[in-house]
Amino acid sequence: MDTNGSLNGNVPAGPLAEKWDNHRFNMKLVNPANRRRYKIIVVGSGLAGGGAAATLGELGYNVDCFCYQDSPRRAHSIAAQGGINAAKNYQNDGDSTYRLFYDTIKGGDFRSRESNVYRLAQVSANIIDQCVAMGVPFAREYGGQLANRSFGGAQVSRTFYARGQTGQQLLLGVYAALSRQVAAGTVKMHSRTEMLEIVLVDGQAKGVITRNLVTGEIEKHAADVVIMATGGYGPVFYLSTNAMGNNVTASIRAYMKGAYFANPCYTQIHPTCIPVSGDHQSKLTLMSESLRNDGRIWVPTKEGDPRGPAEIPEDERDYYLERMYPSFGNLAPRDIASRAAKRACDEGRGVGDTGLGVYLDFTDAIKRLSLPVVQQRYGNLFDMYEKITGENAYEVPMRIYPAIHYTMGGLWVDYNLMSNIPGLFVLGESNFSDHGANRLGASALMQGLADGYFVAPYTVGNYLASQTPGDYSADSSEFTQAADDVKDRIKRVLSIDGKRTVTSFHRELGLICWDYCGMARTDQSLTKALDLIPALKEEFWENVSVPGGGDELNPELEKALRVADFLEFAELMCYDALVRKESCGGHFREEYQTQEGEALRDDEHFSHVSAWEAPRNGGRPVLHKENLEFEEVEFSVRSYK
Amino acid sequence: MDLTLRVWRQKDGQSTGTLETYQISGIIPDMSFLEMLDVTNERLIEEGKDPIAFDHDCREGICGACSLVINGRAHGGFSGTTTCQLHMRKFNDGDTITVEPWRATAFPVLKDLVVDRTSFDRIIQAGGFISANTGGAPDGNAVPIPKPDADAAMDAAACIGCGACAASCPNGSAMLFVAAKVSHLAHLPQGMPERGQRVLSMVAKMDEEGFGNCTNHAECEAMCPKDISISHIAKMNREFIRATVRGE
Repeated sequence: MDTNGSLNGNVPAGPLAEKWDNHRFNMKLVNPANRRRYKIIVVGSGLAGGGAAATLGELGYNVDCFCYQDSPRRAHSIAAQGGINAAKNYQNDGDSTYRLFYDTIKGGDFRSRESNVYRLAQVSANIIDQCVAMGVPFAREYGGQLANRSFGGAQVSRTFYARGQTGQQLLLGVYAALSRQVAAGTVKMHSRTEMLEIVLVDGQAKGVITRNLVTGEIEKHAADVVIMATGGYGPVFYLSTNAMGNNVTASIRAYMKGAYFANPCYTQIHPTCIPVSGDHQSKLTLMSESLRNDGRIWVPTKEGDPRGPAEIPEDERDYYLERMYPSFGNLAPRDIASRAAKRACDEGRGVGDTGLGVYLDFTDAIKRLSLPVVQQRYGNLFDMYEKITGENAYEVPMRIYPAIHYTMGGLWVDYNLMSNIPGLFVLGESNFSDHGANRLGASALMQGLADGYFVAPYTVGNYLASQTPGDYSADSSEFTQAADDVKDRIKRVLSIDGKRTVTSFHRELGLICWDYCGMARTDQSLTKALDLIPALKEEFWENVSVPGGGDELNPELEKALRVADFLEFAELMCYDALVRKESCGGHFREEYQTQEGEALRDDEHFSHVSAWEAPRNGGRPVLHKENLEFEEVEFSVRSYK
Repeated sequence: MDLTLRVWRQKDGQSTGTLETYQISGIIPDMSFLEMLDVTNERLIEEGKDPIAFDHDCREGICGACSLVINGRAHGGFSGTTTCQLHMRKFNDGDTITVEPWRATAFPVLKDLVVDRTSFDRIIQAGGFISANTGGAPDGNAVPIPKPDADAAMDAAACIGCGACAASCPNGSAMLFVAAKVSHLAHLPQGMPERGQRVLSMVAKMDEEGFGNCTNHAECEAMCPKDISISHIAKMNREFIRATVRGE
């Protein structure tokens, strides 16, 4: 493990509040008439990828956009429920760019890059304006003004929303802009197409190898620059709130080609999901965090209390978040609320058949606000809960439990969102930069659109200005080699003809990650995971059964290639968690906690980004550190009491 | 639960398909319909058979990827429910369940239960947007939007583009899908400048893609998992006539 060599984030000089403005002025521009001569590949069509593809198309570049779904409108940004933050201060409650910046830095447990976060807070207001202009039907007050709600980790109301479908409405805005560019001929959309390899020519990203998921054809695509916005790696845990197709393949392929993977151990567990009901379960459903605005979370004070919720009197209920964190109460940040739920269940006070659940109770809210108001605010969420559990949450409290939701780690990028591979840009959840060790609610949509609409269009242009357009060829030996590698990988996985299904491997991997690298981690558990994962990987390559062929629509083959990459990635995640001997945000090491059970950071030794380079000849990955320097904020213990 | 499944199997777009029968046991009422298919597929793979291909992704009723005509009804026909949100507790032990792909001329089958819905993308490309380039947008509160208008726009915008409307319509019409987008944007001041051109282009594209016309059966509304009202079709027709009369 190399601990030398400090990585340079290429953060512009100058006062924090002026960095982005100065940098925008200093960046090189591409003449409008020259833009069409540059070709840009965008992998992913969610808020970050779709937003970047549309915006770069509007600027006049030639864009090829890829997604594995049958339409870009189905990218998983669509599933975000609660809202999007912006420092508009429409509520006159003391919000500002600086406060959103500070809340995000603090929420991330002082493990994010200060300059990136400040820029995020700066452009947040533009995002809302842009979305309104594009017809996103945000919630409005009777006077016609935009409505806001509050969210975890903040004491101001800065969250904009469209019922419980904010992600859907924002993504449909992106999809509309993207569709307009497809019609204009600036963007060529490749749906049902999955990126399986990145191609470097003389160390620069120059294209990708893809598989057409309908015909199985392996295609070579070359361009002047490659943008990846391929989402997070939550499904390494198998059960998560992510979509079934979400995967780490693009990121891990880039990692294998030399891109650094940063902070993979920062995974976010969302406190309000519907509990697991059985072994058949394929995914976990999130109930929006906005429910915590009015719902009260509690468990019985007594261990193993067999009574139903209605029979438990008020003085035998423990509203533990309100008790432990009086100033934030039920709106404590996600990592803190999740660990508190785990603690309650570990103490034997969990509810439901499995004992892995806590109540989220709306009885008081209905009394205070009336049933129609609660229905209006949360009706669709209550309906969703009833569909899944068969229970009416207006009458019986919801049961919730934490689940893997978001991953803060991702490919390392500099201030320009470019990875250490020149010409490879990484946006949205697939990069690491803005959320540190924990993301605040309603900040994922903000980051996706910030990167896609307002950051990448400038910084990618700056990179292209230094490139000769068209300096690539999909017929070069690098492309042929990469395509052959992909074909070999497919041939190999199809030829194993073993006894176990792909899903059974995925499920086992997920369980290892959840049990040993989940909500609480120890030296011992991680060491165990690092024994189990390579063994599982070995078994996968000897005993997996993938029916069908490579030249047809074959969902099992798609899954097999993704699970193979999750197996590579899981080891990296656990290793990062083992080496980071502190607790921060979503990374909780049991050895490092305060007497009250709160995360104990070690700023002296771990105030850095851990950026991992793939091992060159077997062995462990190589660590590169980017020291986190805070000019504006001072380290403080993250208290929500 | 023990079930008999009759599932449409079709190798690819060129082949003809057939309904195959499978016996499946040990299904738990808490499983979603797609989890029941997962279990069936795991068993088929273990038996060395080809698993059933079907579209799915988010499994929480919002991405619009899942489809399936279940016992003759799109998404099973339960109010406000996509196939991924449908749970087996809605069925009985011993039931025979027939599972088919979307049926519409403009949705050709790719394999088994998977169809090609890119015709919907092309309709949106024809005009389902507001032409506002990134940058330079006025403040979000600069133009107040009355709450009833914002709510009506949101009602229409809730469409997930799954295609159940076209698959349920005896004419294979996509009117509800197109109307939802036209109505969403026609309720907002930002949508006004392109109001006429939008509806004309989208309707022309819808016809060109091979979707049929509306004859007021209202099957689309009944099967829509997001409860989109056919009143949006009336709104679209008004928009269409207005644009035509004005010669836009």
